[in-house]
Amino acid sequence: MAGFIRKILSEAVDAFEERTGLIKFLGDIARHPVPPDTGWLYVFGSAVLVCFIIQVVTGIALATRYVASSGSAYQVLNYITYKEVLGNLLRGMHFFGASAMILLVGIHMIQVFLMGCYKYPREFNWITGVMLLFLTVAMGFSGQLLRWDQTAVWATMLAAEMIGRMPLIGKYLARFLLGGKTLGGATLSRFLAFHVFFLPAAIFAVVGIHLFLVVHDGISAPPIRGLKVNPKTYRAEYEKLLEEKGVPFWPDVAWRDVVVALVVVVTIVSLAHFVGPPALNNPPNPSLLANDPRPDWYMLWYFAVLALLPRGIESVFMVLAPLAAFVFLLLVPVVWNKGERHPARRPWAVAMVIMVVVTIIAFWVEGSRSPWSPDFDAKPLPATIVRSNLAPVINGAQLFYDKGCEFCHMVDGQGGARGPNLTDVAARLTLNDIKIRILNGGGNMPSFAGLLSREDLNDLVSFLESRVQEPTRISGGTSVPVASASEGIARAANDPAPHFSK
Amino acid sequence: MGNEDNPGVAVRGEALSPERRRFLGRLSIALAAIAAAIVGIPVVGFIIGPLIQSEEPVWRRVGAISNFQIGQTVKVSFEDPSPMLWAGVTSLTAAWLRRLDAERFVAFTINCAHLGCPVRWLPKAGLFMCPCHGGVYYADGTVAAGPPPRALFKYPVRVRDGQVEIMASAVPIY
Repeated sequence: MAGFIRKILSEAVDAFEERTGLIKFLGDIARHPVPPDTGWLYVFGSAVLVCFIIQVVTGIALATRYVASSGSAYQVLNYITYKEVLGNLLRGMHFFGASAMILLVGIHMIQVFLMGCYKYPREFNWITGVMLLFLTVAMGFSGQLLRWDQTAVWATMLAAEMIGRMPLIGKYLARFLLGGKTLGGATLSRFLAFHVFFLPAAIFAVVGIHLFLVVHDGISAPPIRGLKVNPKTYRAEYEKLLEEKGVPFWPDVAWRDVVVALVVVVTIVSLAHFVGPPALNNPPNPSLLANDPRPDWYMLWYFAVLALLPRGIESVFMVLAPLAAFVFLLLVPVVWNKGERHPARRPWAVAMVIMVVVTIIAFWVEGSRSPWSPDFDAKPLPATIVRSNLAPVINGAQLFYDKGCEFCHMVDGQGGARGPNLTDVAARLTLNDIKIRILNGGGNMPSFAGLLSREDLNDLVSFLESRVQEPTRISGGTSVPVASASEGIARAANDPAPHFSK
Repeated sequence: MGNEDNPGVAVRGEALSPERRRFLGRLSIALAAIAAAIVGIPVVGFIIGPLIQSEEPVWRRVGAISNFQIGQTVKVSFEDPSPMLWAGVTSLTAAWLRRLDAERFVAFTINCAHLGCPVRWLPKAGLFMCPCHGGVYYADGTVAAGPPPRALFKYPVRVRDGQVEIMASAVPIY
């Protein structure tokens, strides 16, 4: 009986193969010869593919519940997160799948760059990889918006304002993004169409070309010091290497990819279970102001870059920098497509990677602290910090909060980090200089000349002085050259020195 | 060119002259392009539709004039000019409204002139402040400090039948 079934099955398979040729076709791809000793550094590309598959599968699952309506998506997200069976886990898997995908795309790219795998004849595969990098980031950003809470709404607004800076067409691009002149009913549906149809279709297509080229040009051999790529002889040398020492991809090499795939899957699901997806914040109501929009971690460094740019180049940078990065990455294999592949012989390539990675990490750290954001959560200074019975000092401490000083300046560990810490400012500046600074402002500080009475100014300064010493309260006759309000504004606007030092 | 092994191909190959082949190739590409345009033009038009439709700004009531005290600046919420039925709370927007005297009002957009973040009014300081990058504006909306390249935008305000009305318009894109 078993023999009979086996015979029927075998005949069916043969008949299928005779008509389609698919088994041989796919088998040849799976067993295509690969250079020896590729090792564990070659697993990152397939790890990215694993993440992408996780994203497709979890994304389809989430789409069975999602409602792409600007008015209802937030309630649906809440339902999925808190009521739906396994909803929180699925959201977590989709979030950490996206995070892992972006991280691994970066690692894959660094590995390919450092090992010179992008050189002849694999230039075009690098170019498709660069396209996939940008498509992946676009997926990440559009995905964050589908969370459709208050952060998503303001992130959308920021994105619209940013592309709105582009000359001539900026306004139209911003409207295209919003789906009209205002954020509203049309906005979320567009993001869904992009995130679920357009971008994934593009990724499928480019991944298809990417993988086709991997098979067409073969996996690059591990780099050897002194062995240079010469486009005239490379193909013949590579063929010879495969003929003499090549091993079939499946299973000799593929088993490492599968091990890593399992590690990736277990990591993503564990994080989804134990850490969970990003919490939803307030509803997507653009008239609610109390919020602090910021991107998910993978965009946080770029958020920091934009925040720390010198004023004058901001508009230009926002438009040109991503474009320049894209063009530069596309040109990498065009300009450097031959010669040494081993990183030990390409010190500039290594230096460039280190520089980029260190820069991004530095901006990440700054982004997570975001000292440029005023701290609106700061509370009025308590008596334990004010530590004084003197009426002017107590009033000064109250003014320090009321006038908004505390949102940007710290005193005794409380307050924002936008401006300098003022705990010991009275030790650094004379009282007159402090008054001049308050009245004139400058750079990132407004002029308070029209906003403080002389009495309040003296109290405020007494409070600051009391941090360092017993206030030498001088009421009335002060020698401060009190600038008029308009003068103060003019000087503030012309002051080139940023008041903000960090 | 006769081909003994595969006569069918040879006959077809001889039936068409190279000129005719070139013509048929070009014709096919042209026809395919026409077909693509017939489908593509309405599709692209639909997608970029939001760019070409013009929406008239609309006056929105934000409250009776007696609700507002002279000199005070308050946040008022109102519907944007294109509220769709399914937009829910996203069709709302807001402005900082100040009553200047018996009849006159001024309304500032809540969007910072830097990158559109929602600015807050600090009543005791008399300043607008942005939570994103610390842009600060004086009470009249002019830039006091930080990155904003220009003053806060204003909405036109009018009083009709004892009601304060704000002209709801597009998100200010600079």
